[in-house]
Amino acid sequence: MKLNLATRTLTALFVFILLTACSNTDGQNHEANGSNSTNGQENNHSSAEVSGGVVRIAMSTEIDNLDPYVSAATDTMSMMDNVFDGLLDTDESGQLVPAIAEDYDISDDGLQYTFRLKDNVVFHDGSELTAEDVVYSYEKLAGLNGGEPISSQFEIIEKIETPSDFEVIIHLKERSSAFLAANIRPILPADYDNHSEKPIGAGPFKFESYVVGQELKLKRNDDYYDVDKIPFLDEVQFKIMPDPESSILAMQAGEIDIIPGISAQGLLQLGDQVKTVSGPQNMVQIMALNNSVEPLNQKEVRQAINLAVDKDMIIETVSDGDGIKLGSNFSPAMDFYYEAGLEDVYATNIAEAKKLMKAAGYEDGFELELTVPSDYQFHVDTAQVIVEQLKEIDIDVDLKLIEFSSWLENVYTDEQYEATIIGFTGKLDPYEILRRYVTDYKRNFINFEHAQYDERIDQALKATNPTEMARMYKDAQSILTEEAASVFIMDPYRTIAMTNGLEGMKMYPIQKFNLEDVHYTE
Amino acid sequence: MMTKPKSIPLFIGISLVVTISITMLISFFYTPYDPNEIHSASRLSSPSAEHLFGTDNFGRDILSRIMEGSQTAFLTGFSAVSIGLTVGLVIGACAGYFEGWLDELLMRFVDALLAFPGILLAIMLVSVFEPGMGSTIVALGIMSIPTFARIIRGSIIQYKKFDFVQASIAKGAGSLRIIFRHLLPNITSPILVAASLSFSGSVLAESGLSYLGLGVQPPDPSWGRMLKEAQPYITSAPWYVITTGLVITLMVLGFNLLGDGIRDSNDNRA
Repeated sequence: MKLNLATRTLTALFVFILLTACSNTDGQNHEANGSNSTNGQENNHSSAEVSGGVVRIAMSTEIDNLDPYVSAATDTMSMMDNVFDGLLDTDESGQLVPAIAEDYDISDDGLQYTFRLKDNVVFHDGSELTAEDVVYSYEKLAGLNGGEPISSQFEIIEKIETPSDFEVIIHLKERSSAFLAANIRPILPADYDNHSEKPIGAGPFKFESYVVGQELKLKRNDDYYDVDKIPFLDEVQFKIMPDPESSILAMQAGEIDIIPGISAQGLLQLGDQVKTVSGPQNMVQIMALNNSVEPLNQKEVRQAINLAVDKDMIIETVSDGDGIKLGSNFSPAMDFYYEAGLEDVYATNIAEAKKLMKAAGYEDGFELELTVPSDYQFHVDTAQVIVEQLKEIDIDVDLKLIEFSSWLENVYTDEQYEATIIGFTGKLDPYEILRRYVTDYKRNFINFEHAQYDERIDQALKATNPTEMARMYKDAQSILTEEAASVFIMDPYRTIAMTNGLEGMKMYPIQKFNLEDVHYTE
Repeated sequence: MMTKPKSIPLFIGISLVVTISITMLISFFYTPYDPNEIHSASRLSSPSAEHLFGTDNFGRDILSRIMEGSQTAFLTGFSAVSIGLTVGLVIGACAGYFEGWLDELLMRFVDALLAFPGILLAIMLVSVFEPGMGSTIVALGIMSIPTFARIIRGSIIQYKKFDFVQASIAKGAGSLRIIFRHLLPNITSPILVAASLSFSGSVLAESGLSYLGLGVQPPDPSWGRMLKEAQPYITSAPWYVITTGLVITLMVLGFNLLGDGIRDSNDNRA
């Protein structure tokens, strides 16, 4: 009897192993299919658009606050972005396009921004959106109504004028080309501040309901001002699912239609069931080198490290090949400002690296402490590859894992570190991205100091036309590469998985779920 | 005929422990590949003649890493048992020999220690100090103190009543002499059993802590962290979890059987 049981268990185990082995080979085939669809846009375009339907999206983090001026979480903002609209919006290449604003002018001295508003915009409660609402919103953001400024980007506003109901003139204290990108912040109805309970915006979707820790429901706004962009979908449900594995299982069971950030392994598991949209997410993963500590204060040493780190290998092993190599602190996701060609300046070359180490007086290498936030397996994995790669030039890397909260304190704030690995999330404004390396910026934790760089950033800020601004930012990127400020590794792709039959999801240089164009097909 | 069924677990236990110990010793001189060497070209390749246990997500040889990881497992197990045994011996021997209020005090302290679920206590200790090999060992050592203290106290109380102990007390022998010369040699068998069980418990707890990311930190190899790293690949590279999990199981099983075997063969004698 006992023996019988044992035999049966063994047989069951055997069958199980066989099954997993089978499904595994299946999975690899799917991977091959999947990799064709990655890179750039979605695959198989079919044309039959169907209006209506409900889409359920798995979100990994809890909503912090429905009020867009209180919320600080990227995930929350990207969900609520469908409820709120700003004067401007961003397109897929990071260019600013008018939204509530019909068009805008910037004065020659760069101090005066004139926005003309569309005259058919209504909030979800039926009231008309006028210049008064813009003034209310911006004064709140800038702290001009007596409160604390909500956004530092708006502190630069001196005063706001409204010559008519549909015209707003914003006066800045000083010239800043970075201000324009700030105008994607939501416009809220004047004198209504119950957004935490029932948010009211002017976006393509209306807030329907929210259950803490479970779901957020949005309904289509049939009165949306941009008639061409009235959503196809009737309803969108964001389901809060902190565990990635459970959202994959839910998708497998057909309870979820979209997973915004899915791992390569998750895709393998889902196989044919889904299709993907994938591309750079405007993140910069770097191995930050503290430019103020020995021996990293020597340019030759930093260059040697850059030459020794094989970024292609990191992308291949850590990111399953889904990432784009970087050469400076800028992702090609922001095409317009991106200086191409820098990624190959430090093509892996151990002999050259050793030569530079010798020139710097470190022929026998040195010990380097690499502090990595343990919460991010991605960075920990990257670190493990780098440890091996730097052995080639006799740099003995001591890996130190710390919690993200202590990382923020010790590394980011107190700058008590030699090297670290971290990802900078995408910003829409190149200034926000590149100012990290300006000498006197307080978050310049790399301690990069370069007069010409500071000058370029300043010139970009003072630039009046976009081409000149872009040229300055591109110059600045070249300086970072030339000086080997740090090792700029990659921009890992974000991959969005959608059930078959859904189409229209696009990738943006900021985390944004534009659900206006998402639709089912026949 | 009578002894056969009892010696089988002992035999299996000994062979498992000896095999794993030998593997551990070999790993000091030889592993098939450099356990940390990364080969992106051969990532997640299935077991083959080249890589007996396959490779992991970095293309590292899993067998080499398991061999290297056995050093960590033995080191944590051995150190944790040493800490637990030393402190437990002092507490248990004092409490058992002197009895009275000292016994009450020490044993209530041990009870308090025992009231914490072991792994929670370890997690707490590791979070208070920095995660790493050192604090893991200390935490696991503290975790195993109560077991040793109780077993030693119980056995000492039991043996104290025997005439040969009473005789040496009457002869005026010192407490230390009685404890070390007369009592301890008689209770080595329960201590050995406790030590081997506690050893396997520590290895398992270390794996658990490392799996949670709180134990041994990279680049020190650890079986528990290997399991954690293997988890995302459970469907695409099942050999990674299976081999690593199997080795942990065999190690723990080996020491448990060894402990059981010692106890059983001891009962047999008595």
